[in-house]
Amino acid sequence: MPFSSLSEIKSRLDAGETTAVEIAQLYLDRIAAHNDVLNAFVHIDADHVLAQAKASDKYRSEHDARPLEGLPIAVKDIFCTQDGPTRCCSKILADFHAPYDAQVITHLKEAGAVLVGKTNMDEFAMGSSNETSAFGPCRNPWDTDTIPGGSSGGSAAAVAAALTPAALGTDTGGSIRQPASLTGITGLKPTYGRVSRRGIIAFASSLDQAGPMTRTVKDTAMITSVISGHDSGDATSVDNAPAVDWLGACDATDMKGLKVGRPKEYFVDGMDAEVRASIEAALEKCKELGAEIVDISLPHTKYAVAAYYVIAPSEASANLSRYDSVRYGHRCENPKDLLDMYSRSRDEGFGSEVKRRILTGAFALSSGYYDAYYLKAQQVRTLIQQDFIKAFEAVDIIATPTSPVTAFKLGEKTDDPLTMYLSDIYTIAVNLAGLPGLSQPCGFANDMPVGLQWIAPAWREDTILSAASAYEAATDWTTKVPAQFGGEA
Amino acid sequence: MDIDVNKVAMLARIRLTDDEAAELGPQLSGILGYIEALSEVNTEGVAATAHPHDAAMPLRANVVTNGNRRDELQAPAPKTESGLYVVPKVIE
Repeated sequence: MPFSSLSEIKSRLDAGETTAVEIAQLYLDRIAAHNDVLNAFVHIDADHVLAQAKASDKYRSEHDARPLEGLPIAVKDIFCTQDGPTRCCSKILADFHAPYDAQVITHLKEAGAVLVGKTNMDEFAMGSSNETSAFGPCRNPWDTDTIPGGSSGGSAAAVAAALTPAALGTDTGGSIRQPASLTGITGLKPTYGRVSRRGIIAFASSLDQAGPMTRTVKDTAMITSVISGHDSGDATSVDNAPAVDWLGACDATDMKGLKVGRPKEYFVDGMDAEVRASIEAALEKCKELGAEIVDISLPHTKYAVAAYYVIAPSEASANLSRYDSVRYGHRCENPKDLLDMYSRSRDEGFGSEVKRRILTGAFALSSGYYDAYYLKAQQVRTLIQQDFIKAFEAVDIIATPTSPVTAFKLGEKTDDPLTMYLSDIYTIAVNLAGLPGLSQPCGFANDMPVGLQWIAPAWREDTILSAASAYEAATDWTTKVPAQFGGEA
Repeated sequence: MDIDVNKVAMLARIRLTDDEAAELGPQLSGILGYIEALSEVNTEGVAATAHPHDAAMPLRANVVTNGNRRDELQAPAPKTESGLYVVPKVIE
């Protein structure tokens, strides 16, 4: 039962076989039993969870059930919620309570979801291993000596260990897809502009996008259909975005006629041999299902990480200038003047990776360097987008590994920031181009989960959902659960 | 590339201890060294990305929509008085 998908739980609720309160209690019990080991949640208020579940059961007894009626969903600590703290896993927001809900939180509440709590993450979503969190690292349920990926590591670990059937994450350079891959679950980053960013603590505004992390492809569709839509409160939320038949797209059982691009730049040295074998086997399976595999080239791929590490830190340095200890956030003791207050509060409040990114960005935007760094990176970004546009003239969808390696040990990459940055090498280009991308489990390498990444043209999440659903139906990877956290009633 | 990390830290309004500056300096140089790869790319005549989908910035009607929520919005502030934010004295 705990490892059931969201849609299975929905069926049981709809059939009257269980109640939202029973479901909520089941996951609260699992959180109580396992969170000390995993550190996936940084805030839980059991009474509040049960109160929401009770209200949902009451609603169901009086009305038609809403799309996510009674379904537990955890959210990353980056989403502003009026209930409980919102800290972005940073000391600078240690005492912050948001005065309003993020737009996606409002959507979830209106759809009847039960919000389970706040999940661990890299501080301000800056990291690929969840090790920069002010609340300590989160652990991978498949091997608790390894990291769950990041930055949405807590959401990934919570779903993988069935402490919740689903969670929301955010993805700026791979922060939904990479942890989904490393923990053996499914995660979707929607097209940029599909989901409102209002009330999501900003990291890099031209790249950030929220999305679901779940056990199955259909579950990502159920949640995305609820959280997407134009929001006049987010100027980058796209009006009149092409509609998608979210659930209908998940009925696909084959890939007949689908042209799947295999970019040669994503299958190079530096990729773990067993990861490569899993991905190659997955592509073979796609062929059996009727897909045509087409070799393609995305020639500017090797510049994606460099462009990203100019653009994301530049936007972050601007976004994080708001933490001035005036309107909210940590203020140092006894500031002697305004400058001392700003600089000491920020030194005390931000962790070292956040400082590194702010300084990188401040340098790239500083007088005399703007053209050479920021402008150049935004031009290279255009070339990366054009690579995809050209590729999609020949294929419907692109398949790649999500990560070149499986989950690594805690502490293994913390000494060298560049090594850590390179772990997002296969996911970053998708954000730069604003495209949708999904990671789904496709096997194991070195006994740890491997993820297959699907990339589609802008607004074609339906193509991704259909291909991923067909692959999921033809394999049994989503039924695998980590032994240490499975085997319970 | 050598960068003056203390100058950048001043721009970013982050105090750095000497130990932090000594650690961050070489790390930033390493990151910027990696980013140098971008200079290999011929970007002559290539437009810089402004929005991933080239969408225009929308306009909205010039009407007040945020309500009067001063007390709620000031609740998270470290120090307020009579509806104002309080900071150290700026002018002697």
